[in-house]
Amino acid sequence: MRVIKLNKENLFPFLEVISEKADLWAPVKKGDKHVFKVVDDFSKVELSTTRTILPPRKIFLPPTFSMFNISEKGYEEDFSHVTKKILFGIHPCDIHGLLTLDNFFKQDYLDPYYLEARKNTLILGLSCWPDEYCFAKSTNTHIIEEGFDLFFTDLKDFFLVWIGSSQGDDLIRLKPEFFDENLTDTDIQTYIRWQTERDKAYKWGINFNALPDLIELKYRDSLWEKLGDACLACGSCTNVCPTCNCYNIMDKQFLGGKDGKMIRYWDACTLEEYSEIAGGENFRKKRADRLKLWYTHKLQAYISKYGKPSCVGCGRCIVTCPVDINVRTVGKALLGEKEDAFWLRFNKEVTK
Amino acid sequence: MNGENKHITHDNPFLPEPARIVRTYYLTEDVKFFQVRIVDMEKALSFNYSPGQFGMISVLGTGDAPFSISSTPSRPGLLEFCIRKAGAVTNALFRMKENSLIGFRGPYGNGFPIEKMKDKDIIIIVGGLGAAPLRSVLLYCLDNRDQFRRVSLLHGAKKPSEMIFREEFFALKQREDLECHLSVDKDDTGKWTENIGVVTTLFSLLEEIDPANTYALVCGPPVMYKFVIKELVNLNIPKDQILMTLERRMKCGIGKCGHCAIDYIYTCLDGPVFTYWDVIHMRELI
Repeated sequence: MRVIKLNKENLFPFLEVISEKADLWAPVKKGDKHVFKVVDDFSKVELSTTRTILPPRKIFLPPTFSMFNISEKGYEEDFSHVTKKILFGIHPCDIHGLLTLDNFFKQDYLDPYYLEARKNTLILGLSCWPDEYCFAKSTNTHIIEEGFDLFFTDLKDFFLVWIGSSQGDDLIRLKPEFFDENLTDTDIQTYIRWQTERDKAYKWGINFNALPDLIELKYRDSLWEKLGDACLACGSCTNVCPTCNCYNIMDKQFLGGKDGKMIRYWDACTLEEYSEIAGGENFRKKRADRLKLWYTHKLQAYISKYGKPSCVGCGRCIVTCPVDINVRTVGKALLGEKEDAFWLRFNKEVTK
Repeated sequence: MNGENKHITHDNPFLPEPARIVRTYYLTEDVKFFQVRIVDMEKALSFNYSPGQFGMISVLGTGDAPFSISSTPSRPGLLEFCIRKAGAVTNALFRMKENSLIGFRGPYGNGFPIEKMKDKDIIIIVGGLGAAPLRSVLLYCLDNRDQFRRVSLLHGAKKPSEMIFREEFFALKQREDLECHLSVDKDDTGKWTENIGVVTTLFSLLEEIDPANTYALVCGPPVMYKFVIKELVNLNIPKDQILMTLERRMKCGIGKCGHCAIDYIYTCLDGPVFTYWDVIHMRELI
């Protein structure tokens, strides 16, 4: 892969040049958190973000969008959510999330609503520094070798820019004078030092390889009932997860006419009506069963099928769940480590 | 397609194919029969499927839902469905008159393993609306009668008025190449001439079977499976030759929306036909 250098002061001018061709999405502040948003004022772009509230999949499959316009004539395809986009500032774990979704939306049947949006979006990755919730090193998603057009490694005074695709190279050619082809030995040493320090900044992890067997063996463990008692069934964990893909479809008619839209919107397997069929039969009425589905899917079935978890270690479920049910607490409980604050409080308050 | 989106190049698997309700009538108080033809004649006649597969029927402005195909591919051209009024889509379908347009996508799912079932004995065990998917495979076996050995039908309904395809299944009793046993849990008419009792009471009427070379196909209300499977296992039918077709919530039919997921399998892709052996491993199946 070709790697070049970009001086820090040239980043925003570069983004400005390339954003003439497409909407540029980047992390910006929202309250004390961050979100991906279309930006035109580049001074608002945040370079030291850890995680955004919602994962980048919202850019490809918005929380709600129209699949078809409906009229008396029938169904007319609606791809209005597909526009030319550039996504800047996406971290390695989230790029891995997209690769997981790519794989999913390409297998068996192609999902054009995702794949077209994906095809029309350039991915400009950005390195990051883990906080106490990140565990991407134990999912091996803290590094990325594919799935981006350009990747920027932030080395304080300059960026190393990894050119991952022909389209990425085209962006560079818009302003070649911003970039330096020659990397010095000092640059390379700086990168190696950064990488070592960054890897050390991951303070904890989970042994994911042990989880498939443990989930099988603990399938009837009282752990699930206890978690079910605490779970609010709010669906937040699935909404913030970069690899969750479930959705619902419904027809929406405009008032007073036959016209309308077929709407596709995010759904969550932790919600009660998720598995309910017409007539009222519900295969997962209990919250414990729905939680078990989510964790079995992410941490057992996916590992068995693809050799890696469907978790990229972004930490969003950890910062989001109001009652601390997340990959860390559930993973550790399955591994028999229940000494952390969650389980201490949990055993005191929930299990009486 | 929008003018500004000329760059969209994919086929769209979500696009419903216009189809026409050719005929519809009540089978019971809350179950209706629908005969449907895809409007495009070339597509209608080349449409191929296996017994046990399903399709998504959509009503413009209301939505879509999955339905088993009740007709057999051995009688091409028309698709038949047998639908109980249960939710928004079925309510809308019930209001539709003959000649109305609906949308159809499919066929989806694995269907029954017809190739493996050939030259074997087939026992079809139906409970109530379970006839919807099993009628397809039953008619397929009868239309290709020389490809299968013994074919038996054990059919149970709650009461005579709730038996769907009543005339059709009674007529099958005349056939000498089919062992047909019909039952109702309760006879509230006083005119029922067949067996009375739950569907498992029909097993005693079944002639002796050759379990190793038998496929048993089961579909019915959730409560039925436990009792029927016990009978079949007692008859020594191998667990991977006991087949059942399951119902799940589905919004896409093509393995994307997630609703029908069980562990890592999708009922719409890997099912809806599962063996009892699958069920033992997939704890949530029944």
